[in-house]
Amino acid sequence: MKAGVLNFPDRRESPTIDQVGVEERAKRFCARSIKKGTKMSALKLAVTMLDVTTLEGADSVGKVRQMCQKAMQPLPGDPSVGPAAAVCVYPRMVKTAAKAVEGSSVLVASVATQFPSGQMRLKERLAEVRYAVGEGADEIDMVISRGQFLQGEYRAIFDEVAACKEACGGAHLKVILETGELTTYDNVRWASDIAIAAGADFIKTSTGKVPIAATLPVTLVMLQAIEDHYDRTGKMVGMKPAGGISNAKLAIQYLVMVREVLGEKWLTNKWFRFGASSLTNDLLMQIRKQETGRYQSGDYFTKD
Amino acid sequence: MAKTEPGPHNFVFGNYAPAPESKDHFKIKKSYDLFIGGKWVKASKKFETINPATGEVIAKVGEAGKKEVGQAVKAARKAFEGEWGQLSGAERGKYLFRIARLIQERSRELAVVESMDGGKPIRESRDVDIPLVAAHFFYHAGWADKLDYAFPGVKPKPLGVVGQVIPWNFPLLMAAWKIAPALACGNTVVLKPAETTPLTALKLAEIFEDAGLPPGTVNIVTGAGETGQALIEHPDVDKVAFTGSTAVGKAIRRAIAGTDKKFTLELGGKAANIVFEDAPINEAVEGILNGIFFNQGHVCCAGSRLFVQESIADKVIKKLKKRMETLIVGDPLDKNTDIGAINSAEQLERIKALVKAGEREGACIWQPEGRLPRKGNWFKPTLFTECAQSHRIVQEEIFGPVLAIQTFRTPQEALEKANNTPYGLSGGVWTDKGSKIFKMTTGLKAGVVWANTFNKFDPTSPFGGYKESGIGREGGVHGLAAYLNF
Amino acid sequence: MTIKKTYKLFIGGKFPRTESGRVLDVRGKDGELLANASWASRKDFREAVVAARKASGGWGKASAYLKGQILYRIAEMLEGRRAQFVVELVAHGISEERAEKDVSEAINLLVHYAGWSDKYQALFSSANPVASSHFNFSVPEPTGVVGIIAPRRGSLPELVSALAPVIVGGNSAIVLAGENALTAITFAEVLSTSDVPAGVVNILTGKRAELIPEFAKHMDVNAVLLCSNDKDEKKLLDLESAENLKRVSHQKDAPLKESPYHILDFQEIKTTWHPIGV
Repeated sequence: MKAGVLNFPDRRESPTIDQVGVEERAKRFCARSIKKGTKMSALKLAVTMLDVTTLEGADSVGKVRQMCQKAMQPLPGDPSVGPAAAVCVYPRMVKTAAKAVEGSSVLVASVATQFPSGQMRLKERLAEVRYAVGEGADEIDMVISRGQFLQGEYRAIFDEVAACKEACGGAHLKVILETGELTTYDNVRWASDIAIAAGADFIKTSTGKVPIAATLPVTLVMLQAIEDHYDRTGKMVGMKPAGGISNAKLAIQYLVMVREVLGEKWLTNKWFRFGASSLTNDLLMQIRKQETGRYQSGDYFTKD
Repeated sequence: MAKTEPGPHNFVFGNYAPAPESKDHFKIKKSYDLFIGGKWVKASKKFETINPATGEVIAKVGEAGKKEVGQAVKAARKAFEGEWGQLSGAERGKYLFRIARLIQERSRELAVVESMDGGKPIRESRDVDIPLVAAHFFYHAGWADKLDYAFPGVKPKPLGVVGQVIPWNFPLLMAAWKIAPALACGNTVVLKPAETTPLTALKLAEIFEDAGLPPGTVNIVTGAGETGQALIEHPDVDKVAFTGSTAVGKAIRRAIAGTDKKFTLELGGKAANIVFEDAPINEAVEGILNGIFFNQGHVCCAGSRLFVQESIADKVIKKLKKRMETLIVGDPLDKNTDIGAINSAEQLERIKALVKAGEREGACIWQPEGRLPRKGNWFKPTLFTECAQSHRIVQEEIFGPVLAIQTFRTPQEALEKANNTPYGLSGGVWTDKGSKIFKMTTGLKAGVVWANTFNKFDPTSPFGGYKESGIGREGGVHGLAAYLNF
Repeated sequence: MTIKKTYKLFIGGKFPRTESGRVLDVRGKDGELLANASWASRKDFREAVVAARKASGGWGKASAYLKGQILYRIAEMLEGRRAQFVVELVAHGISEERAEKDVSEAINLLVHYAGWSDKYQALFSSANPVASSHFNFSVPEPTGVVGIIAPRRGSLPELVSALAPVIVGGNSAIVLAGENALTAITFAEVLSTSDVPAGVVNILTGKRAELIPEFAKHMDVNAVLLCSNDKDEKKLLDLESAENLKRVSHQKDAPLKESPYHILDFQEIKTTWHPIGV
């Protein structure tokens, strides 16, 4: 529970962002060459940072149970790999997921607040949060109202995040900004600062339901917001890029960026997560390749 | 619900594992001769070129004396009056396109040799230097048959034989900046690379051979100061081009006084990087960093003076220091190295001397923690605060990874202090306000001004300085003028 | 028994047949059938405009360096296929000497215009010294989608001399090839192996009388280059293009001379003002 007064942030503390400059800086992380021992560490670390996700209309109890199995034991027969950090499901599937991962360290995250659009009254959205927490969710991934943000109603964003945090009770709150709809880096930075000031435990890029999801530069902007907040207050906030991270190489580039911008302290699943589904098997294949020296085939890894 | 704690995992990044660039797909000869008249000619003397990161000798190269320089000029004159001079612009262009393609094809080899010979990180030679080298040849190839359009009312002709002396900080790139426009305009060339970095120019000569460039069109005479002097002073050289220190530039100017020789000089600088409080601050910090630590600060247009608005000075300096702590100083051939070796022992001594002077004069030095490699020439990225306009580290070009920081309060003050130098090569302005950008850029007395960016180069963009930073421009339409007879 | 090539249209980076099912009977110098080329219809033209428009955004924003590299690559690929072109031209009754010359000319044109990609801007831009305290500059920008009616005879130099300045300026193009349909489509094969993004160049083989009105009338074509000595063709283009004020360039029915002004014909000039002051 967060004690103390929440203050609406001073916009002058949110720096303006030069698109060309920030994209150049992000690109430079891709030039880092991560090999051998560093690479193996990074791959295994990445597995422990996965929020293994299924958010489909077609999700069923069986599907969720299988996914939870995979999250607990990503590589059958090799307990040194994983488990994943969490599973992420719709509120209706929380109970199933919670039962399936019971006894393990895997957390249950639930989307809520009328994911993915957020287009509903606050009252109902908060009720959804309380329902999911009641069903057993350890973490809530909420969405902000992008329409209101683009209308300039920044206070409303601050208020809805604060209200969700309160409704979470003891659960952790991840705030999805939906950066693909905010479109400019300046907007992403401002939204990040608002969410952090309003009590977010994590800020997250995307729902994965619109064409443009996480990118390195957008993540960099959000990491900078977290960095400045930490410099000012000493408080850490977590970050989760979601969507579009489909291969291990890209995932490692994100880890390099977190390390060089925030520091080693953030390189745990307490402060950094990947929202991904197909990333899992690529990480596992790369781990095998590092161990055996052979490029792998998808046939040897479970598709759950 | 019952939850266990995650198991202990020792996934610590620490330092990145070595990621060395491979060297086994090409050859460097043990000994190189001079490239004159399309042939490899033995010099009477030889000297060694050394890898500044390890101290090892890479190869021996010839030292051209007055006689060999004379032979080279003669070969260039013969080619100018003969085979090269008689080609149409379109045909000249095709040779340059072919050379550009060969450079593209061999780019990895050239990047590795450049890093070995000069000390710059492979990431920079691979991602910046060599691509620009190819681009310069491509750009100028296209001009060869279009010169009648370049200057209204004028149908220009070539000058003749061009003598060019280049520095060690961007060895192959400086060779490209000089050779490409000279050839495009129909001239022939005698080029002397810097004595600490002769290898990529010699590799370029191999590329000229493979491209079938008519013999004598480009001649490479390796050597030191005396070789350069012999070239500059040779009576049959029609034009002289020099990039290097202001002191030597002035000596060259005096040496050719009274002759008809045309000349261009691209000399030193002490650029001011001006950061306003309304700048995009994180990108500005990157820009400051790139401005002075790119290529170990061995850059004539380096942003070696930072002027930061007082209201954000603490914040900027704090971010700068944090960023500097993540810079990796190390083996130039490791792909993760950010800052490579200092080019020579002499240059390292010069940097150390000026840094000592800075401390003695009362400026406050800061360097990140960590140890430097024991063998080779190394210097940590360094910044000085509490600098005064009169400090040597603020007035003199250090040509190393050393940043001198001063604060300012008003745009007028920043402009005055930025311009208060005999140099005038480049400058930087960081602000979100468009009108302020143009107010500053129109006020800065510098040949290249970067707004909200730094150290950007392109063959289409003219480069050169005001005042003692040199005379003339290289690149773009403006750069052609130096190689043409109007 | 050789396997004869089928000559189709070139639209959106692919080689579709005409939707009309019609063919152009192409005969050799001895009357033998060389090929049944596609006889393009107005619907094919419509599809080509869609492809060109789709490609025009990306191509218009591509760097000058990239465009130059691609044009140079086309020249390289054409050089590589020299023999193929010569054989086809000879089958038409053109002398081998003339055929070799045509290929060389076309290559030279491509190299020449590749070299303009990053230079015409310097020639045609200006920083304007306005009287007020403003930074004022004018730069050329590509017009967009350009229709090209290539010279009637259809030689390779005629085709390339009309096409190269249009695309090096950042426009995408729909070309109505001259009567030498086979050369045009073989040239399309060169384009498709040269890193030219799909849709930047589209080539139709067909009848001028049928298609020139379509080029002239289409509301999503920004400009037309007509190579013609025919008064009626020219008047028709001027009249019908008025509806959306297409930029029209009239050239003789002959190879265009090398000139940056052919690039300028398909550029719009944009002037920007910005205050200077704190």
